[in-house]
Amino acid sequence: MNAPMNAAPVAAKKLKVATTSLAGCFGCHMSFLDIDERILKLLELVEFDRSPITDIKHCGPCDLGLIEGGLCNAENVHVLREFRKNCKILVAVGACAINGGLPAQRNHLDLRDILEEVYQTEAGISHGGIPNDPELPLPLNQVHPIHEVVKVDYFLPGCPPPADAIWKLLTDLLAGRTPTLGHGLMHYD
Amino acid sequence: MTDFPRIDAVLARHDRNGTRLVQILREVQEQLGWLSPATLSHIAAGIGWPRAMVSGTASFYSFFHTRPRGTYCVLWSDNITDRMLGNTDLMDAMCKKLWLEPGRVSEDGLVSVNTTSCTGMCDQGPALLVNYRAITRMTQARLGEMVGLIRNQTPVAEWPAEWFSVEDNIRRKDILLGHELMPGQALKAALERGPQAMLDEIKAGKLRGRGGAGFGTGLKWEACRNAVGTGDNPAHYVVCNADEGEPGTFKDRVLLNSYADLVFEGMSIAGYVVGAKKGLIYLRGEYRYLLEPLESALAARRASGLLGADILGKGFDFDIEIHLGAGAYVCGEESALIESLEGKPGRPRIRPPFPVTRGYLDQPTTVNNVETLAASCLIAAHGGAWYAGHGTEKSAGTKIFSVSGDCERPGIYEYPYGVTVRQVLDDCGATDSQAVQISGPSGICVSTEEFGRRIAFEDLPTAGAFMVFDDTRDMFEVARNFAHFFAHESCGFCTPCRVGTTLVRNMMDKISLGHGSPYDINELFKLHRVMQGASHCGLGNSACNPVFDTLNKFRPAYERRLKSLDYEPAFDLDAALSQARQMTGRDDAAAHLTNEAEA
Amino acid sequence: MSNELTFQLDGEDISFTPGQTIMQAAKAAGVYIPHLCWHPDFPAHGSCKLCTVKVNGRFGSSCTMEAQAGMSVENRTAELDDKRRTLLQMFFVEGNHFCPSCEKSGNCTLQATAYELKMMSPHFDMFYPDRPVDASHPDILLDFNRCIMCSLCVTASREVDGKNVFAMGGRGILGRRIHINSESGKLADTDFAVTDRAASICPVGVILVKRKGFAVPIGERQYDKTPINEQVKEPTA
Ligand SMILES: Cc1cc2nc3c(=O)[nH]c(=O)nc-3n(C[C@H](O)[C@H](O)[C@H](O)COP(=O)(O)O)c2cc1C
Ligand code: SF4
Ligand code: SF4
Ligand code: SF4
Ligand code: FES
Ligand code: FES
Repeated sequence: MNAPMNAAPVAAKKLKVATTSLAGCFGCHMSFLDIDERILKLLELVEFDRSPITDIKHCGPCDLGLIEGGLCNAENVHVLREFRKNCKILVAVGACAINGGLPAQRNHLDLRDILEEVYQTEAGISHGGIPNDPELPLPLNQVHPIHEVVKVDYFLPGCPPPADAIWKLLTDLLAGRTPTLGHGLMHYD
Repeated sequence: MTDFPRIDAVLARHDRNGTRLVQILREVQEQLGWLSPATLSHIAAGIGWPRAMVSGTASFYSFFHTRPRGTYCVLWSDNITDRMLGNTDLMDAMCKKLWLEPGRVSEDGLVSVNTTSCTGMCDQGPALLVNYRAITRMTQARLGEMVGLIRNQTPVAEWPAEWFSVEDNIRRKDILLGHELMPGQALKAALERGPQAMLDEIKAGKLRGRGGAGFGTGLKWEACRNAVGTGDNPAHYVVCNADEGEPGTFKDRVLLNSYADLVFEGMSIAGYVVGAKKGLIYLRGEYRYLLEPLESALAARRASGLLGADILGKGFDFDIEIHLGAGAYVCGEESALIESLEGKPGRPRIRPPFPVTRGYLDQPTTVNNVETLAASCLIAAHGGAWYAGHGTEKSAGTKIFSVSGDCERPGIYEYPYGVTVRQVLDDCGATDSQAVQISGPSGICVSTEEFGRRIAFEDLPTAGAFMVFDDTRDMFEVARNFAHFFAHESCGFCTPCRVGTTLVRNMMDKISLGHGSPYDINELFKLHRVMQGASHCGLGNSACNPVFDTLNKFRPAYERRLKSLDYEPAFDLDAALSQARQMTGRDDAAAHLTNEAEA
Repeated sequence: MSNELTFQLDGEDISFTPGQTIMQAAKAAGVYIPHLCWHPDFPAHGSCKLCTVKVNGRFGSSCTMEAQAGMSVENRTAELDDKRRTLLQMFFVEGNHFCPSCEKSGNCTLQATAYELKMMSPHFDMFYPDRPVDASHPDILLDFNRCIMCSLCVTASREVDGKNVFAMGGRGILGRRIHINSESGKLADTDFAVTDRAASICPVGVILVKRKGFAVPIGERQYDKTPINEQVKEPTA
């Protein structure tokens, strides 16, 4: 039996949203908060799961996951996978998530040389050698954008993306439209 | 610098003419071993070219060394047929014995070992080049001996002569390989006819180019003949394309080895028709060993009045010069070839204008394949109608195939056009074949159901390669080998091919390592669509053919390698922690990542 | 005018003079065809392939193809823009384009074209190449990690400056690069001058004038104001 088809609006249900910062600078989250008073409107429409704003430690089933930052260490990979597993829609937010960004500028250097330089050669920072505490996540040989590890549904470029662009993405998604950015909202810098 | 007198001698021999730069670089390198920064500066000053252009050319060709190279430079031919004959194990064993990593020069500067694109010895592999001399039929037994000779620094010239012997392996002759013409006979017939009548015969013979595209030779010669030379030195040129870089193709090598007179004569006939006084042969660097024999064959023709001034007393002046390539497949593309002849990187030109109107030195030039030129002699001698009586309606005459791979009798087979794939397979002693790669990686892969198809321009066009794969072979690995070939040979000029061939290679490697997913297969199809329409030349346009064909015809060879139905990471996640593990000495559970997302 | 020569570009009549390429005719008519390596002042190079159009159903480069009367050319179709986006992504993964730290940002043709074609991500796996940076020249910085191999610097130096400071050499993804006309390979050892046409021709952030960076505030830069498709009639550089 087919469900009756009509174009009546779907009963407004709050969208569950999770956000996180991997190898990023929190710049994108700051930009998110820059949507200012619109955040109040947003809170009528969405409910936050794991996010630096909520302090929830693990991501539960969500409609939307926003990822800031690329993958710099093993911990980033675990968190990203947790998000992908739980979020119906995953968005890469900002230059770092999309192409590795500033952290990826280390990629033409050998990680071993970097570790040596930072922890052994460079005077004054640490005389204890390279930290090997199992609690600390190990760095990856190179920094990677998140689409190299999980499927990403949408990308929101910018470093950081302008608040208006974030707002546009969210309102488009809430309205069930494919998100688009017009001139002025699309920035790689 | 002590080297300068030797460089100056080479420069003088070439009249300090920059358009001869590729020949100058090769000859200087043959004497000095490599092309140092000072050498390049000196050559640039000598020919009066900007130094950046000289280094730009030098760095384009695989066989030019702008960094010190080992006294012994060993390059293993890496076509799929060499692989099937075990070249990988041999090369690994060689590296082990020499304590070497592939691609690196040993610390004492003695030797380097690496791979190179197909050297055209597929019927007698595994093949290699040592200091750019071709060696065939490599075995484990020979390997030990060779390593000894390298260690003892025995000059390559003193190595066992049988290692360098290259067989013709002619298995089936038809009208071309079975011809009974005397040197000069076809040329005489052409000169007696006159250029226009000779052109008409070529057209009546319906000769089509054997280099792959199958363009009408009569039309090409006519366009060249009608084009007007320009500038201070107007002239017409004939170029014989002996670059034969398509993996699995080696018939031009045999023609030049045993039928050189026919090829020279075909060039002379072409020259007579288009009004050229000069012909150039572009011989691939891998066939360097043919240079001296070909030079003496040319000298013999000059001595008997078949080349030079007033040929056969008919007032026709024509001579031929040989240029060597230096390891670049794209130089087989006719306009890239012309750039190379002019001393530049082999970058395909924007067309139009086509070479027939603006080719070598911007003059009207006809570029023809070795076999096309040889076949034109048959038409000169026997007439167009006779020739068109062979083969099929749209494919007159015969075609020479280079048969290699899984069969008992690899080698050279000449058939009238229209022969079925199955017939060739039967004749070469191929059993349990699952696929044949027709015309090389840029051609078509046909599977068992298609063995009834005919080789002719109407159905399966070919430049000659016929690589046989029996049912023990992994067709995915065949396609992956070809993907590596194209990524290595892309000239880098246009975006879709420069980046696309590398993306395809990386995806094939990812699938090969067991990290692929259906997503990657879709990506391969997408790249095929972009590269095929948008690339600047035939290389990029056909670079995805082998992947596309095998994906369509041998899909399970891909599918059984796929990791999962989900999206798969682009790289090995656990391996990406290797350096940090090494530096911290950690090996606990948290120091590892699984490649599958934890359930 | 009955004897005016025209062809159709996305259904619109474009007039042209004999010998003009599709690109030249389109530009003269104020119609934007995406392009990177083409510059109105120089002969077409034909390498980037962003200008790929469909002429009577077949793909071709509009910067090299001569216009013919009556031809029907597709330009901004979904199919072609998709291909162009893929080509742009190829540039972004083969080089290292970290726009936030690039002085060219906002004035960069590659970036502006990527905005125009709504390129949201580089899509493919990044190559992260390690190409040389040359700071030897007193007035000029070269960062080849952003080079799109358009050869405009080669042509400008040769044709306008009469100098041949640059040449394109090498082969393939690893080899192909700009060679500099000195034995050291350093720009300081050439006769390059900041006043050369080649110093201002680079459409991306490779050839940069020192001490000039980030002079124009964000919002005021060339492509902040209007998108590239609305700047057809203005000179590209
Ligand atoms: C990448 C590429 C490589 C080619 N290699 C060869 C070659 O090695 N030998 C050859 O005769 N033609 C080769 N061709 C075809 C030539 O461009 C040209 O069509 C041919 O030499 C014309 O000679 P024909 O008319 O006698 O066939 C190649 C084409 C491409 C696109
Ligand atoms: S298709 Fe490949 S080989 Fe041909 S011009 Fe483009 S990059 Fe060079
Ligand atoms: S050259 Fe253009 S695209 Fe590349 S980093 Fe600079 S601004 Fe961005
Ligand atoms: S340096 Fe700039 S102008 Fe020169 S080829 Fe590269 S991108 Fe083009
Ligand atoms: S993480 Fe947002 S700007 Fe880099
Ligand atoms: S603009 Fe035509 S190929 Fe670059």
